[in-house]
Amino acid sequence: MENLKQEKNKLVREVADRKYEYGFITDVHTDIIEKGLNEDVIRLISARKGEPEWLLDFRLKAYSYWLTQKMPTWPHLQIPEIDYQAISYYADPTAKKKDGPQEIDPELMKTFDKLGIPLEERLALSGTAVDAVMDSVSVKTTFKESLREKGIIFCSISEAVREHPDLVKQYLGSVVPYRDNFFAALNSAVFSDGSFVYVPKGVRCPMELSTYFRINARNTGQFERTLIVADDDSYVSYLEGCTAPMRDENQLHAAIVEIVVNERAEVKYSTVQNWYPGDSEGKGGVYNFVTKRGHLRGADSKLSWTQVETGSAITWKYPSCVLSGNNSQAEFYSVAVTNNYQQADTGTKMIHIGENTKSTIISKGISAGKSHNSYRGLVKIDARADGARNYSSCDSLLLSDTCGAHTFPYIDVKNDTGIVEHEATTSKISEDQLFYCNQRGIPAEEAVGLIVNGYAKDVLNKLPMEFAVEAQKLLSVSLEGSVG
Amino acid sequence: MKSEQQYIELFQQCRQLLSSQSDVVLDALRDEAFRIFKRIGLPDKKAERYKYTDVQEAFSPNYGLNLNRLQFRINPYDVFKCNVPNMSTLLYFIVNDAFHSKEYPNAKPSGGIIISSLNEAAHLYPDLVSKYYGQIVRKAETPSINSEGGQIIDGEFVPLRKNNEPDAITALNTMLVQDGLFIYVPKNTVSDKAIQVVNVLTSTVDLLVNRRVLVVLEEGAKAKLLFCDESMSDVNMLATQVMEVYAGPSSELELYELEETNMKNKRFSNLYVQQHDKSKVTLNSISLHNGLTRNMTYVSLEGEESVINLYGGVIADKEQHVDNHTLVDHKVPKCVSNELFKYVLDDNSVGAFAGRILVRNDAQKTESQETNANLCVTKTAHMFTQPMLEIYADDVKCNHGATVGQLNEAALFYMRQRGISLDEAKLLLKFAFVGEVIDKVDLEPLRDRLHYLVEKRFRGELNKCSGCRLC
Repeated sequence: MENLKQEKNKLVREVADRKYEYGFITDVHTDIIEKGLNEDVIRLISARKGEPEWLLDFRLKAYSYWLTQKMPTWPHLQIPEIDYQAISYYADPTAKKKDGPQEIDPELMKTFDKLGIPLEERLALSGTAVDAVMDSVSVKTTFKESLREKGIIFCSISEAVREHPDLVKQYLGSVVPYRDNFFAALNSAVFSDGSFVYVPKGVRCPMELSTYFRINARNTGQFERTLIVADDDSYVSYLEGCTAPMRDENQLHAAIVEIVVNERAEVKYSTVQNWYPGDSEGKGGVYNFVTKRGHLRGADSKLSWTQVETGSAITWKYPSCVLSGNNSQAEFYSVAVTNNYQQADTGTKMIHIGENTKSTIISKGISAGKSHNSYRGLVKIDARADGARNYSSCDSLLLSDTCGAHTFPYIDVKNDTGIVEHEATTSKISEDQLFYCNQRGIPAEEAVGLIVNGYAKDVLNKLPMEFAVEAQKLLSVSLEGSVG
Repeated sequence: MKSEQQYIELFQQCRQLLSSQSDVVLDALRDEAFRIFKRIGLPDKKAERYKYTDVQEAFSPNYGLNLNRLQFRINPYDVFKCNVPNMSTLLYFIVNDAFHSKEYPNAKPSGGIIISSLNEAAHLYPDLVSKYYGQIVRKAETPSINSEGGQIIDGEFVPLRKNNEPDAITALNTMLVQDGLFIYVPKNTVSDKAIQVVNVLTSTVDLLVNRRVLVVLEEGAKAKLLFCDESMSDVNMLATQVMEVYAGPSSELELYELEETNMKNKRFSNLYVQQHDKSKVTLNSISLHNGLTRNMTYVSLEGEESVINLYGGVIADKEQHVDNHTLVDHKVPKCVSNELFKYVLDDNSVGAFAGRILVRNDAQKTESQETNANLCVTKTAHMFTQPMLEIYADDVKCNHGATVGQLNEAALFYMRQRGISLDEAKLLLKFAFVGEVIDKVDLEPLRDRLHYLVEKRFRGELNKCSGCRLC
């Protein structure tokens, strides 16, 4: 009897575990510094990475500013108190055991293989260069050499600090200053690895660049920093993916992404965010507090953010665009799915400064279980932004009577020639559509998956091919068990 | 020193005087309101609800208060000929906060309808007034457990979002209020004439006025109310108004507010509406001319199948400032809310609109529509808009839309082609733009009058309603 029960439970557990298939833990020697945050820790991180003096100064300034700041309370989120002293701010899985072999631990390679991110160039999907980051360190960057032939720099930010200090110094903190907000200050103080991309004038990046972030070590936070600079007339498409193991305690992820787009350049930034969302009881999961911003400095420049947000226990993220260049264009496409006890407060800011700037916002929120999903967006038309144009559309889909879907758009217009349009709808899945599918033998859960995918299509279509396939799968998996 | 300090001191000094000049019903809520006010103080611009209007600055000057209830020696019936042609109304005046007791010969309500001074009503009908006075606000400021996101921490319900925080201006009004208006429509009574109330602001010194209005419609009652705000004096006036409206089951209320004050006038109006089963309320506020205005409207839908229509039109120029803040709280199933606000902003004026629709857990089958459209005519006019949806139920249909833009070039071109001058064409388009809000007015004579006033306003021919002009 007892055996049978065990057997039954095992099956249940297996089924439950399947929902988050990236929840495994890599057993690898990781060099983790003591928990806690103080000036010494920052000096230690800086020393480990062999950073120059100016960067340490930058970190310390950010840290002293962070100390004066309080955690913001305005998001529509219930965030349990975070003990910033109980987190380790640096974990290096590539650190060599003194007597161990000197190349990359095969366990790490296997981990990324398992995640579908092969780090050996011959195995890689054609046309994608990858920077793989685990915990605080970049494990490997592929296709570096072939990109360098074109003059494109694609490497981890630590490497960029060493090899291209002038470029980093020029752009770091120029889009998101360390005083920007609470988490930006924290990140600026303790940031570890991330990617650095520089596309020189007139170069069209021949392949998709991609970074894969993974949190592995226990009780650590990931504070990555990404900096993308697209010089005049260049083009780059950049992808970001993230996963984390299933752990009972919450993990903190506070990242900064800065993008500089110069004249006539174009940057496409796509994210599939699949951090561990916690279990069905709301236990564990990643806190994802991210500041992402692009500065369209040059005339006729273009930036597009596409995000599929399915993971994280709490998401607090507003990829933004500052449209300074005349005729610059910005786009934001987002699908955010929350299930169980997940909370998301996400959206964008479009700040129009240059003349004839255009921005488009398409946001699709899907809430299920007991989750809360909010869109929060700002559209600002400055007095100088003659002829600025914005269109926003935010739709929310409700899949249960215990979840919430909220829309908080802010529109500030200081110009008489600007046109801003905003529309939003909230509804549940149409019973007619469900009935139609059922009638044709499609079970309810599958039907919901189909309808949701159709609903999110506007956004999914904007993703690069490989990502779109993954994102579609993710949507179905995230909503598993949310019907009935 | 923060602005609230002077009001805290004033209250402490004049507590006795306030009691001696007002009825016990009004007096009973003062101390509690004072405790709230002392705790929360006046909001600064960091407070989300007041981010578009600087309350600290508005309340910082040293205003006088008419605590001794000195009579102003004017008879508004003599000086005002504020009438709407072809509309017969019951006309009443409130001078600052005092109900003008001298009755107009034609103004006699029928069928047990009470229209009187709030203070007097509290004295004459203490049970009736105390049943509603302050209670609609109190209910609005009490969080309801588990009907929206939140959790119980240490046995106390902590909502995800603080929807029910007490309002400082309401608290200030409650602690200092001495009089105002009481309107009571008994069960199944229909007021055959519209009730028109003209709020006249007059003073020789800078003055703070705290006016309180209580409107009670019992089951099946029907009434139409028109409030006009006028200012007669060229001094700085700060008026706070708290209006509580109780709409009983199956009652119908149309409430129109028209503001035509001058640039030195600051108005803070908080309107609390509580609606019960199958009640229907239409609120329509037109800001035609003002100084600084902040209107807060909170509608609580407590009975099933109730309907709320919330409309607003704003025409602002020069340095005028109009901020409308609305919250429609769907607490029960099958209610309908429609919201439409339109702004035309000229010169250096500032417009703000923050409209929240809250659909709580139990409010299934809610239908809600919110629209805000704005015209910025100059480069220096500034519009903020924030149409918000907060939804905790799944079987709902909610839409909102907001636009900020200019006059349609094609339409302008079309009219110019036909020999209409550019200015005239612009005017026609602006007029049509605001016309959508005015067309929602059900009283035909009033609608015509408003069209006329709006047109004159756009032509720059009046800063005030001509009928009310003092000269």
